[in-house]
Amino acid sequence: MAQEGQEGQEHPISTYLWVWLLLFVLSACSYYVDYAGFQGFTRWFLILMFMVLKAGLIIAVFMHMVWERMALVYFILVPPILLLTFVAIGSLEADWTFFQRGVHFLKELIIAAPVSPHH
Amino acid sequence: MSTDAMAVDSLELKPGVAGFVDDWGSDQRAFKGVPWGKAMMWIFLVSDTFIFGCFLASYMTVRMSTLEPWPVPSEVFALSFGGAPIPLILIAIMTFVLITSSGTMALAVNYGYRKNKWVTFWLLFATAVLGATFVGMQMFEWSKLISEGIRPWENPFGARQFGSVFFMVTGFHGVHVSVGVLFLFLTSRKVFRGDYDTGRRGFFTWQKGRYEIIETLGLYWHFVDLVWVFIFAFFYLW
Repeated sequence: MAQEGQEGQEHPISTYLWVWLLLFVLSACSYYVDYAGFQGFTRWFLILMFMVLKAGLIIAVFMHMVWERMALVYFILVPPILLLTFVAIGSLEADWTFFQRGVHFLKELIIAAPVSPHH
Repeated sequence: MSTDAMAVDSLELKPGVAGFVDDWGSDQRAFKGVPWGKAMMWIFLVSDTFIFGCFLASYMTVRMSTLEPWPVPSEVFALSFGGAPIPLILIAIMTFVLITSSGTMALAVNYGYRKNKWVTFWLLFATAVLGATFVGMQMFEWSKLISEGIRPWENPFGARQFGSVFFMVTGFHGVHVSVGVLFLFLTSRKVFRGDYDTGRRGFFTWQKGRYEIIETLGLYWHFVDLVWVFIFAFFYLW
């Protein structure tokens, strides 16, 4: 919490060193997910978990978000939630395109087969 | 008049939700206790979040909608040091380099606030060198992929969209890192010269030099690291 008249962010060095160490460990963990070859649900669950933890630590401590006033925190964190709308629209669109392409290529196969004159 | 202004200035800032409402409802300045440069940097970073967010959302869209198999990143980005290829090793090293640089940056901000000129200088300089190392490794990765025939419009491993997403997303991130490296070198030179001790004015903004500037630069640098966290998860690991 920023005190009145104080515009700096002064925190003990040890806080940064601990977060730094944690980021290293989390990065190693997310690399291990690939190295060990986890697949399916386990894979994407672990990837997302390590990603969220790393991003959270960077934003919260390195970018000093936990010490900022709520007016700034909400200004930064609320707008990006809109991106989830884009993701939802994008995935609906992608499923539809995928379906259409599948139908299209299937149709081509069906039409192409009997027309062939060499049979 | 001036005593009134001072009385207003010395009002206690409320914490929590009450403070949130008060800050946004107040005159002149919503972000209390935040230097203007830092607020502007945050506004820029929120807009940049949208750019990278849209890139990643469109990556998701093209990857979901292609009928061809997506190339396996852990094989495409494998590298061998004499022996069997190690999956994704270069990307892992790049990740560690960038996280190390984020750590040195965080410490540089801290020592800047302590007005410890030389420690701040060396930490900033180390951050810049690590950032340049990252860009160098990315250049190596790009040239390796280009020599293997990966192009924005085709590649020998599967879906064509792989190449366009790869060059677009990592390229845009690489430009961010490069710009960051440039500003890190400029800022470390200013610290070296003592601009932030003497308050020497900047050549472009003509504002007085203050150690708070390092925190603003730090926000940008941590953001670049943050974007890499998402690229690493969604593009390289997924």
